[in-house]
Amino acid sequence: MSTNPNEEALEALAAARWRVAGVLTVSTLVAYLGFILLVAFNKPLMGQQITPGLSVGILLGALVIVTAWALTGIYMLWANGKYDRALHQLRGGK
Amino acid sequence: MNPAETTTTQLGQPNATAILFFLIFVGITLAITYWAARKTKTTSEFFAAGGGVSAAQNGFALAGDYMSAASFLGIAGLVATSGFDGLIYSVGWLVGWPVVTFLIAEPLRNLGKYTFADVVAYRLKQTPVRLSAAVGTLTVVSFYLIAQMVGAGNLIHLLFGLSYETAVIIVGAVMILYVLFGGMIATTWVQIVKAVLLLAGATGLAGMVLAKFGFSPLRLFNEAATQYGAEVLAPGKLVNNPLEAISLGVALMFGTAGLPHILMRFYTVPDAKAARSSVFYATGLIGYFYLVTFILGFGASVLVGRQAITGVDKGGNMAAPMLAEVVGGTGFLGFISAVAFATILAVVAGLTLSGAAALSHDLWSSVVRKGQAPEAEQLKVARLASLFLGVLAIILGVAFKGQNVAFMVGLAFAIAASANFPALLLSMAWKKFTTYGAVASMLTGAFSSVLFIFLSPTVQVDLLGNPEALFPLRNPGVITIPLAFIVGAVVSLLFPEHESAARFAEVKHRMHVGAPKPAPAAAPVASTPGSGLPHPAATGSEAKA
Repeated sequence: MSTNPNEEALEALAAARWRVAGVLTVSTLVAYLGFILLVAFNKPLMGQQITPGLSVGILLGALVIVTAWALTGIYMLWANGKYDRALHQLRGGK
Repeated sequence: MNPAETTTTQLGQPNATAILFFLIFVGITLAITYWAARKTKTTSEFFAAGGGVSAAQNGFALAGDYMSAASFLGIAGLVATSGFDGLIYSVGWLVGWPVVTFLIAEPLRNLGKYTFADVVAYRLKQTPVRLSAAVGTLTVVSFYLIAQMVGAGNLIHLLFGLSYETAVIIVGAVMILYVLFGGMIATTWVQIVKAVLLLAGATGLAGMVLAKFGFSPLRLFNEAATQYGAEVLAPGKLVNNPLEAISLGVALMFGTAGLPHILMRFYTVPDAKAARSSVFYATGLIGYFYLVTFILGFGASVLVGRQAITGVDKGGNMAAPMLAEVVGGTGFLGFISAVAFATILAVVAGLTLSGAAALSHDLWSSVVRKGQAPEAEQLKVARLASLFLGVLAIILGVAFKGQNVAFMVGLAFAIAASANFPALLLSMAWKKFTTYGAVASMLTGAFSSVLFIFLSPTVQVDLLGNPEALFPLRNPGVITIPLAFIVGAVVSLLFPEHESAARFAEVKHRMHVGAPKPAPAAAPVASTPGSGLPHPAATGSEAKA
């Protein structure tokens, strides 16, 4: 593999992708493990009702599901936009 | 609003509507299979639908592969009988999907052809890597298949009134037809039809329930709290040991990214962009489905009543069908029953196809024939492997009759997370990863997770009746996943492999750009199927020839 400027730019882009992927993976982990640890260590808080029928636990559980989906969406927007454009340019903008 | 404690249910009686709906489903999907069979002439079409599936279609198919009857009936049942705790499962089963999107989907699409072993073996020695990857894949597929087949038998017995064995044989036989003749094209469409039916059925059911509560989920939850006490809205006994919960959590998160039938779906789309978009669709559909299931669970506890539910099935698995009967009558019960049956059928077909890919693509074509098998022969072996796995599934289903196999799904996830995921990630992200490292990581992950589950309370106490278990956790993920990573890294560092490191630049290039360099022949590869790979991402017209 020759090291031409193109290869270096790809290198940088690849590193950027892993960085974004890493940050988002850790965010997902934190959201999920945070929820589980609250369930494990603070059951009274999770059982508290914000309004009749809606406990903190139900709200947070639904939020984790929505967050997971939103993070996936953020990644898709970033990758379909910025990342793909940069990749396209590297390929010589066919 | 008192639960109908004396509900007389049609469950367990042969239900004409259910059988009719089921026959319609099977008829439509077999017609699809007939259509697909005429389009399935190459291995690429058989294993990857020729790469011609769109992102939205693949999103539905992924959701179809993932939303098993266990999550539909199981989570609804758990919510119905114990309230909030069911939500913990919904959350756990969903959070693996972002990880699949961020870390796995695109590189997998760009590097592989039919199986995840293509990716791990890309710059390593083919034979040892594919052999060990097949061990992991086939173990995961077998355990998942057993769980599904036994589930199918019990479920159909309760829902349709058919005998257990008849149900297992019907599921096995129809699934064999899908896979054998229609390959991935048919399997994909079966998943899509099933996903749409399941989502529509669950939504309709939830709508009918919520209509009784002014379309306010909160009023429903509040009614459940009035009937069964405020604790139904709070965590119960499910998570008492945080380490246990985290262990299950990581197994679910990283297991999704190691399930062979899920990973295989990324080869059906034309490029990396479609791969990532398809996971976004799938995550949304699955997340929505789990939230709806949560409403169904509470709906069942309020409208059907816990006593009635556990009276029919101690595990509470019949909560959703019984709810359908209460709000929509016998006809709707039939519809939901048929959807549940179809659900199992579709999941089993996906599993069988991924097992067949491991047997024929990884073991036969790559290891036995060293990549020299002609197309016609590969197809023949793939079909034989599907037939073999289908018959095996029927035999296993009958053999495990009456066993409690719920733990097998957890086992399948733990093995997928420990055996497949670490090797897959390391092969894509770490330059110094080597053949020995990959083999050691995959085998350590597979064997340690099986061993720890065997020593766990699930097998030792629940199944064998021993007073105590040697290993305290029910799910070994928190130990075995790091173990597989560490063993893979240490062995790689102990036995460096220059060729693998030298080819990493090529992996990195292809992983992101998609198409390999024009002349990959420069690398002195042991005639890998990798070196003869079509170049997918650039054109998306992989192997259309």
